[in-house]
Amino acid sequence: MEEKTNIMERIAEANRPVTTGVDEKDIKDWVTIYIMGKGYRVPADLTILTAIEYAGYRLLRSVGCRQGHCGACATIYRRAGEYKLQADLACQTRVEDGMYLVQIPFSPAEKAIYDITKEPYDASVFIKYYPEVARCVSCNTCTKSCPQDLEVMDYVQSAIRGDFEAVADDSFDCIQCGMCAIRCPAEIVQYHVAQLGRRMYGRYGLTMPKHLKKRVEEIEKGKFKEAMDTITSKSREELEKMYAERQREPD
Amino acid sequence: MKKLVITSENIKFLKKINELADQDITLCEQCGTCSGSCPMVADMDITPSQIMRMVQLGDLDVLNSKAIWVCASCYSCTVRCPRNLDVSKVAEALRQVYLRKALDYVEIKKIPKYELVSLPQIAIVSACRKFTG
Amino acid sequence: MKIAYYPGCTLKTTAKNFETSAIAIARELGIEMVELPRWTCCGTVFSLTADDLIHHVAPIRNLIRVQEMIENGQIEDEKRVLTLCSMCFNTLKRSNLRVKENTEDLKKINDLMYREKDYRAEIEVIQLLELLKEIGFDKLKAKAKNPLKNLRVAPYYGCMILRPIEVGIDDPEDPTIQKDLLEALGAEVIDNPYKKVCCGSYQTVNNKEKVAELAYNILGHAQQEGAEAITTCCPLCAFNLDTRQKEVLKNHPDFQQMPVFYITQLIAVAFGLDNKTFGFNQNYVDPKPLLKKKGLIK
Repeated sequence: MEEKTNIMERIAEANRPVTTGVDEKDIKDWVTIYIMGKGYRVPADLTILTAIEYAGYRLLRSVGCRQGHCGACATIYRRAGEYKLQADLACQTRVEDGMYLVQIPFSPAEKAIYDITKEPYDASVFIKYYPEVARCVSCNTCTKSCPQDLEVMDYVQSAIRGDFEAVADDSFDCIQCGMCAIRCPAEIVQYHVAQLGRRMYGRYGLTMPKHLKKRVEEIEKGKFKEAMDTITSKSREELEKMYAERQREPD
Repeated sequence: MKKLVITSENIKFLKKINELADQDITLCEQCGTCSGSCPMVADMDITPSQIMRMVQLGDLDVLNSKAIWVCASCYSCTVRCPRNLDVSKVAEALRQVYLRKALDYVEIKKIPKYELVSLPQIAIVSACRKFTG
Repeated sequence: MKIAYYPGCTLKTTAKNFETSAIAIARELGIEMVELPRWTCCGTVFSLTADDLIHHVAPIRNLIRVQEMIENGQIEDEKRVLTLCSMCFNTLKRSNLRVKENTEDLKKINDLMYREKDYRAEIEVIQLLELLKEIGFDKLKAKAKNPLKNLRVAPYYGCMILRPIEVGIDDPEDPTIQKDLLEALGAEVIDNPYKKVCCGSYQTVNNKEKVAELAYNILGHAQQEGAEAITTCCPLCAFNLDTRQKEVLKNHPDFQQMPVFYITQLIAVAFGLDNKTFGFNQNYVDPKPLLKKKGLIK
């Protein structure tokens, strides 16, 4: 219980932006984290991403939107005293004392080239471009390593039997961080498989929404041609001025 | 004929296959029933009973045989072995020794796409299990 | 009666006709096949090496789903799961036997799947033919409004419902379960020794010529004995015997193509069910001309 209260206090503390404008003397709680094996003392309320920067690293890769949307900052870590390997987004996860971590900026994987307009809407499309899906052993490691808490194994299995709707639904929130693919014992690239599934489902499984159809027709008829031509004919300087003076909601 | 001098390496290999297959392969008495029962034997370079004999001697050359890959795990040999040996498991153990080095016997990505799409899932999944490491 | 049903990947794609015909005949016999939620591919082949537990994870995960269905009261048959595909049957049943006999393996697999409830190894895996036999072939005979008169059929068993012995549903050397069933439905059953010879299985992926030769032997011997069609309950045997006839014909131009039925398709015909349940459009060699000639369909 005591530890929990402590965590709650740390979270309350975190309301203050610690990376800027706060004197380190005023920070009460500190933790030690190990970045690629080297220990650093960092304020307890940082995210992994800000803690890495606090420790002095400048991230050129493994960082993106900082909002949990882009999937660039995938981290693999182990908590102190645990054998389980965790995967999360560095910008969305708070540091913990004794955490060992490393950033995984990219998952090496070849993207298949295909034309969805020429593919039949059946299971063979997955076997054709990603035959390794057939190597899935249902170990569920992909699901366990998904920072988005997706049922990754379920959608891989749906792909094998050609259930496009299930692939699309179960993978909808995928941010393509690649953690599933890095840990898969069958060496499947789950997120590419899912993308193929969503594309096929989008084209053949869904009916086109009326408003989208209407807008596409308007574009094709040239309703916005004049406005587009005005913008595309402007110089860089003019565009920058327009951008700076644009109407926007207050921050 | 090749002369084989049995060394500790050969004994180690026999022990390993015995463990992987969970069989005591030395029990094989070379009756040849497995070879007579095998539907694929005509396509094999060595027969199932020869496989058993080579494993008994710990002859690592058995790993280079085509026969272990032509086996379709149909268990015809297994149900007929008078010594109750599971010959299918021995063939699997030998394939696994190869595949566990992260090697593929069949590279599924290199199978022409028109062939891949014509095959049922059941064929691709089992081929992945049996032929990829 | 509601029973848990494990389909398998191929029954959702190239063997959809096996599933539709099976569901239809089961319904006719008062059985509702309730598909497992979130089932995964069984792996199709049993993991044969002693230390390889990872390939048992998928079969056992599926049996946990059956356990959940029983706990949720979704099914009435509270100890069994029904399979159609021979390979799924073999894989699930053998994994199940392994963990029933080896509690240490069961514990390891349960520990690996810590997110799932523990499997208690109480489920039994059965194949459709076993269930039909249990119901009684005489009951099937009574339902056969459209008996398969004059149809000369050779049952083909393949490997996975016969071998190994602890898994097989019939005598591995001389199986008769399909013969008894087909005779009850009024067919003329053609026996031949090739009924249990392997079709080449997954070798069809990298050695289709050999598989075509095996198919030529299996089909050719049945024809020699006078068979007009073959029955099977394995989607891979069906592919190798049916679709590979294209390759057979290439190597043996005088070969006469012959239809390969899923046994459930012929039962559905004998029951006089709606022809939508047959799914003949998925058979490579069209069986309709033969059935029309025999007056079994319109």
